[in-house]
Amino acid sequence: MSKDVMADLKRDHIVKLLSKGIRVDGRKFDEMRPINIEKNYIKSAEGSARVHLGNTDVIVGVKMIVGQPFPDTPNKGVLTTNAELIPLASETFESGPPGRPAIELARVVDRGIREGQAVDMEKLCIEAEKEVWIMFVDIHIIDYDGNLFDAANMAAIAALKNAVVPAKRADKGEDFPLPVAHEPISVTAVKIGEHILVDPTYDEEIVADARLTVAANENGNLCAMQKGGEGSFSVDEVLQVVDLSRRLGAEVRSKT
Amino acid sequence: MQRNDSRESAREIVVPGDLLADRSMKAGPGTYVENGNIYASLLGIKSIRSNTIGVVPLSGQYVPIRGDMVIGKIVDMGASNWLVDIKAPHPSPLHVNEVPWRVEFGETGRFMTVGDLVLLKVVGVDELGRVQISMKEHGLRKLAGGVVFDVAPAKVPRVIGRSGSMIQIMKNLTGCRIHVGQNGRIWIDGDLDNILRAVEAIKLIEKEAHSRGLTEKIKSLLDHSPSKGE
Repeated sequence: MSKDVMADLKRDHIVKLLSKGIRVDGRKFDEMRPINIEKNYIKSAEGSARVHLGNTDVIVGVKMIVGQPFPDTPNKGVLTTNAELIPLASETFESGPPGRPAIELARVVDRGIREGQAVDMEKLCIEAEKEVWIMFVDIHIIDYDGNLFDAANMAAIAALKNAVVPAKRADKGEDFPLPVAHEPISVTAVKIGEHILVDPTYDEEIVADARLTVAANENGNLCAMQKGGEGSFSVDEVLQVVDLSRRLGAEVRSKT
Repeated sequence: MQRNDSRESAREIVVPGDLLADRSMKAGPGTYVENGNIYASLLGIKSIRSNTIGVVPLSGQYVPIRGDMVIGKIVDMGASNWLVDIKAPHPSPLHVNEVPWRVEFGETGRFMTVGDLVLLKVVGVDELGRVQISMKEHGLRKLAGGVVFDVAPAKVPRVIGRSGSMIQIMKNLTGCRIHVGQNGRIWIDGDLDNILRAVEAIKLIEKEAHSRGLTEKIKSLLDHSPSKGE
């Protein structure tokens, strides 16, 4: 992945504006960009959604096949999450095998779904130890302007919610809606100097010292976290991001 | 103004391959000639100026032309040159001979370093699209302070306006120093409130580049901004 050099004076400008309480795009510090979710976007997928988060544009598709369970979870379905950062989305993305950022993205989205118990995996068991549903969540980035984590997470949750298990196609009885039990929504905040900003744009991500992603479910229970960047968060700041995640996550959840 | 408007309403959008004219006219930018006929090579608006027919692109990458003033960003350094990103298809090296200082071999970093912004001129483009850039002209320099942002290169003529009219209005009404690079990079310096007003105005120009009466809109936007005072 080729790195984008940011002009020093652009960086200075962002920091200067923040000290006056203004973000470059005029948002408040705790304000997400406009969210637009189109459900069932890809007809050939079991479930899908396209999410516009400001200028960030992500499509998530869910596909399901019948396969073998893992030996340690013989009565549970399998979840596989994949993301690729293709050059179409940004000039800083290179083609080739998934790099560190793509793997991190897939893992954070995966962790939200898995640890948030978004899907009741036991209902995806067909015959214990023999046959279960294997679920693929594929994340495609169409346009990148920061905060892929949250865009991909909300697209994944929206896609899961409209997914239908294709049992008939696989000769396993009647189709049924994917058993979605919880809706974990992640909210990402970055720290620039002393300021905590949610839903960073591309420019803000470059300037940021540190990044924290917190996923919470509809009951406000935390289910996943991911910290990035070289800077640090104090305990109070972490709790502040947790609060933001619960509050903003509820708004986002109503849209998925 | 009225006459101008009626002519603009005849604006025609063409796609690559559209027949524009026969050999009676001269082929301008954004066209190609086949069997003596002139065709559009870009998606854009057909424009006729005296006897020349051309296409003004609706969007697209910056293509450097000799004489363009551009704003470049230093992305790498060598012992005797800097590598500058001017948003062109090819990377553009700036040789130490083309800067206004005397730079000893290996001392490039003492003058400009990665992340600096510079005002440059394109002094040559060869047939492969490789560019030669220079800082050796009056007014060309390293930029300090202010803010920089990008607009689509196709919208630059609208930001500048006819013979610089639009940019002059913005400079007068905001009191900012503004440089518009032909590559779509814009640098603005002044006090913070005025910078933000100028940025807002330019974003509006970019969004409504193809609408009429834009100059008036910009004038009223900047006149009614609260921070303008009396």
